[in-house]
Amino acid sequence: MTDSLPTGERRQLAPPLIERGALGWMRRNLFSSWANGIITVVLVVFVGSILSSFLEWAVFTANVTAATGSECHGQGACWALIVEKYRLIFFGTFPYEQQWRPLVASITLLAMLVMTSDRRMWNWRLLVIWSVGSFITFLMMFGQIHIPLSLFLAIALLVGGVGMSLRKAIADAGEMNAYRTLAAIGLIGLALRIAGILPAWSLDIAPLSYVETGLWGGIPVTLILASYGLVFAFPYGILLALGRRSDLPLIRALCVGFIELIRGVPLISLLIMASVMLPLFLPSGVTFDKFLRAQVAIILFAGAYIAEVIRGGLQSLPKGQYEAAEALGFNYVQKTALIILPQALRVVIPPLINTFLGFFKDTSLVLIIGIFDFLNTANQALVDPNWAGFPAEIYMFAALIYFIFCYSVSRYSKHLEVELNRGTRH
Amino acid sequence: MAAKAVRDLSNIPSVIEMRAVNKWFGQFHVLSDINLDVKEGEKIVICGPSGSGKSTLIRCINRLEEHQAGDIVVDGVTLSNDVKNIEAIRREVGMVFQSFNLFPHLTILENLTLAPIWVKKMPKKDAEEIAMGLLNRVRIPEQALKYPGQLSGGQQQRVAIARALCMQPKVMLFDEPTSSLDPEMVKEVLDVMIELAGEGMTMLVVTHEMGFARAVADRVIFMDFGEIVEQNEPEEFFANPKNERTKLFLSQILHH
Repeated sequence: MTDSLPTGERRQLAPPLIERGALGWMRRNLFSSWANGIITVVLVVFVGSILSSFLEWAVFTANVTAATGSECHGQGACWALIVEKYRLIFFGTFPYEQQWRPLVASITLLAMLVMTSDRRMWNWRLLVIWSVGSFITFLMMFGQIHIPLSLFLAIALLVGGVGMSLRKAIADAGEMNAYRTLAAIGLIGLALRIAGILPAWSLDIAPLSYVETGLWGGIPVTLILASYGLVFAFPYGILLALGRRSDLPLIRALCVGFIELIRGVPLISLLIMASVMLPLFLPSGVTFDKFLRAQVAIILFAGAYIAEVIRGGLQSLPKGQYEAAEALGFNYVQKTALIILPQALRVVIPPLINTFLGFFKDTSLVLIIGIFDFLNTANQALVDPNWAGFPAEIYMFAALIYFIFCYSVSRYSKHLEVELNRGTRH
Repeated sequence: MAAKAVRDLSNIPSVIEMRAVNKWFGQFHVLSDINLDVKEGEKIVICGPSGSGKSTLIRCINRLEEHQAGDIVVDGVTLSNDVKNIEAIRREVGMVFQSFNLFPHLTILENLTLAPIWVKKMPKKDAEEIAMGLLNRVRIPEQALKYPGQLSGGQQQRVAIARALCMQPKVMLFDEPTSSLDPEMVKEVLDVMIELAGEGMTMLVVTHEMGFARAVADRVIFMDFGEIVEQNEPEEFFANPKNERTKLFLSQILHH
């Protein structure tokens, strides 16, 4: 700092030395008064003693090499149990020599989730990522996929129909003709198939041995139930939230009824209903896979909760936003998709992520209908009499894995909030 | 301000016709027997005490409020519950609000181009060209890539005017466009509106800016208790108000 500053410019002095650096920070934040100083010291001693006895148990006297549980007794943490059982914990009862398949499936799912988190992918690319990713995941898990002809026809009808309605004003004649052809093939084909004129042909992709869902377990089960649960529950929840605010009394009543009904019962009872009661209502011979039923129950349940979170966002928007959109001539769908939802969803990112994380962990409740997700396969590892008596190690390990997932998602939501609000605030 | 030539509007077709329009909010009779013809290119200023129904009147024209009796015809289309009719009318009628109501998640340029692209199906490039032209006209082209939250109130309201103009409407409705502005920003918005009037736009303006009324209005309408109490050319309206209620109102807002 010099004395030759131009006139009119205020001199900026450095703060006094005692306020600067690490010492200054400690003085201000930890020892600003006698009472604060005492609290600081007591807390440091308390946390330090807990931490040191934990480290003593978890690191210094831990056993990672024991061959059976009896070698571990009388020592610290028995991590040897995890070393011995990690394949059971991660992949459950999936056939042992085939366990590379759930590994590939899990990595594929994680890669899909990571790619989905990138905002540059939020367009048609998402559809490609999830189609290809889902195909790989389920091919790995099942080992074989049979795609019936009617599914191809239904997809043709869907793509053609959606293309015709969404790109009506934008596409040229050739593109529109392609959509019409697709829709026509799908529609006619489906009609012929239903009438029994087309045979029940299906495309069989069967490079691996078939593994039924009853043998699935561990990380891939948790990831599949949680990610597909939320991927379907999210748009479903948006529709429910919009329906609850609809001007049409019947739609409103249906949505309110559904949301209140689902919120009013525990997830466990819904899962039991899906597994025990649903088959009673279905005509004999019609069965749904137990895993699929659990998945649907989770989607329905999560959808109701997500709907209420999103409704909060919708209500936080000023009326003027709706009026401005209407005055410009936007129709309901345009107004909702372009003006209202982009703002409402931004507002509800924190509670939405909160709901997502809750459901990620709640998937463990599927144990009640005999499906083994990650927490439940970890539990299984305790059953072995050779390794009896080490629940702390198992649960701590499971907690660590859950924490890694949840903390990553929580960091991501923070990042997303900052990114979406960039520029919209001063 | 320069005196304007009084124009003969009798042979010019009407853009808006309101016939015996009535509206209630619950039991409250907010508009009673409103009859109003707005000619092409006419500029009308509507004033009156708060709660007199003046905002409701113009909000009925683009169906932000629904009237319960009478007819409203805009550009040859009769307002009904038919969504297609309402959307057709909204494409022809631009609106500027007291609280701007810009879309905070979009840039200024996107605020302007969103409706032309989606509602009028205009190619993006053309919409952006028109939008930049309008931003030049309201004198803030350099703000195009900012977000509304980064602009001053006066700038935001000028963007809102440009956004409505981007749809190339036949009529512009202004609902107290300067009421929520800091005093030093009122002029920049009024200047834009005066310029727009000079270009021949049909305008209905709810405002208490009597200087603006004198400068551009062909007709000033005074409303009270949901009725049109008095209407006249601005000179006559301010110099010789006929009705007692008009006199009282003018004395309250003009003589401080």
